[in-house]
Amino acid sequence: MLLIGCPWCGPRDEVEFRYGGQAHVDYPADPAAVDDAAWADFVFMRDNGKGPFAERWYHAAGCRRWCNAVRDTVTHEFLATYRMGEAR
Amino acid sequence: MPDHASTHRAATHHDAAHDALPAHPAHLWRNPEPRRTYDVVIVGGGGHGLATAYYLAKNHGITNVAVLERGWLAGGNIARNTAIIRSNYLWDESAAIYEHSLKLWETLSDELDYDILLSQRGVMNLLHTVGDLREASRRVHSNRLNGVDAELLSLDDIARLCPIVNLDQGVRHPVLGAAFQPRGGIAKHDHVAWAYARAADALGVDLIQGCEVTGFDIEDRPDGGAGGAGGRVVAVETSRGRIGAGRVGLIAAGHSSVLAAMAGIRLPIQSHPLQALVSELLGPVHPTVVMSNAVHVYVSQAHKGELVLGAGIDTFNSYAQRGSFHVIEHQMSAAVELFPIFAGAHVIRTWGGIVDVAPDASPIIGRTPVEDLFIDCGWGTGGFKATPASGWVMAATLATGEPHPLARPYALERFTSGALIDEHGAAAVAH
Repeated sequence: MLLIGCPWCGPRDEVEFRYGGQAHVDYPADPAAVDDAAWADFVFMRDNGKGPFAERWYHAAGCRRWCNAVRDTVTHEFLATYRMGEAR
Repeated sequence: MPDHASTHRAATHHDAAHDALPAHPAHLWRNPEPRRTYDVVIVGGGGHGLATAYYLAKNHGITNVAVLERGWLAGGNIARNTAIIRSNYLWDESAAIYEHSLKLWETLSDELDYDILLSQRGVMNLLHTVGDLREASRRVHSNRLNGVDAELLSLDDIARLCPIVNLDQGVRHPVLGAAFQPRGGIAKHDHVAWAYARAADALGVDLIQGCEVTGFDIEDRPDGGAGGAGGRVVAVETSRGRIGAGRVGLIAAGHSSVLAAMAGIRLPIQSHPLQALVSELLGPVHPTVVMSNAVHVYVSQAHKGELVLGAGIDTFNSYAQRGSFHVIEHQMSAAVELFPIFAGAHVIRTWGGIVDVAPDASPIIGRTPVEDLFIDCGWGTGGFKATPASGWVMAATLATGEPHPLARPYALERFTSGALIDEHGAAAVAH
């Protein structure tokens, strides 16, 4: 069970959240100019490493806002949580 | 010395939960030192890697093969699954490969001369909504067109096949019907791994444990080695030294992304914990395998008598081989509603494995951007049932350098072409 530090609500139980996958994946600046390989990269390819991982969580049963977090994928330790739009 | 031949004769049906388990052979495999070079190096000594090694030797006569395993043989997902076997997938590409697998399962004890305790007790998928009924009807007809045995069951059929299912229509998610694959069932997962390992070893394959791959030696990088993909693999770097390789197969399940990254390859894979649990040993109460997508539980009774239940994946990425308790709690609440008799049982042990999930819940098999480096991953939550076919097609792919016909639809390129094989419905585990 994870304890997630929502930047607005404070530490809350994991069951209040939904997971949003990797954070900081930008929509292509000029979508019409992007080829199939670049689209595949944007739509399907995600980092999947061991160690610190920047990811998104949605506080569905709380403030209903998204936040970002850096969590270690081996230990599950949260190294940081921060608001959308803030730098990692 | 156990009399293996006599234990083997009881191979095909073990429906009584308290049948004695067969004794194991005294010798399983050697522990050789790695040679300097092999024709084929397989990274990953789990079920799929061992099956690949066996079929390389058996079907293709390629025996100068090493299987490199970071830990011990068959200690990952082949030791952590719920041992369910079936082939009732929706799409033609899936039915072809999973049905090929089921046919291999049906003769595997004889093929490997080792009783894997295949028990074709049937797999029942419960249906709880009108949408479920329609989707199941579509899938059953699709299965039949593809030569996969499948039928729709009435409530009376369910009560006859599995009397302990709660058919009360007043519960939160009443059972309205079921789809059934009579040839589905379970096998003894450890025996499967040990059987493939022993047979591969006997044919000359080197099974090398405690040997972690730390990098790939790739020649002719288009960017001169700065990091991008391309070039040709000639060796693997390991914790036990450099091992030359004609071809390399990455068959590492949950760790596929980590290994691929060492070769400069990015995969559309996310690694998640998947949990399961067992009860204490009970008398025979559950004669088949029951799965429910809607309320999310899948359960059978193992040969020794314990109830084996699988949960859903934890949604977050992880390599920890453990998941959150609320996932277990959710699964247990569903199990007790579907099987009120289970309320008297106890959870003895829970565990987790790391599954490699692709966006379309289908595997990735075939070439990579690096020449002579092939991949077999993305089996996600359903890899156990695919073990024989995965090994079969990957062996052919490694032997010839060309993807086996059953593997072609599963190329990595499908994520660029858009030809996805969406099996989220048949994969049966919520992701």
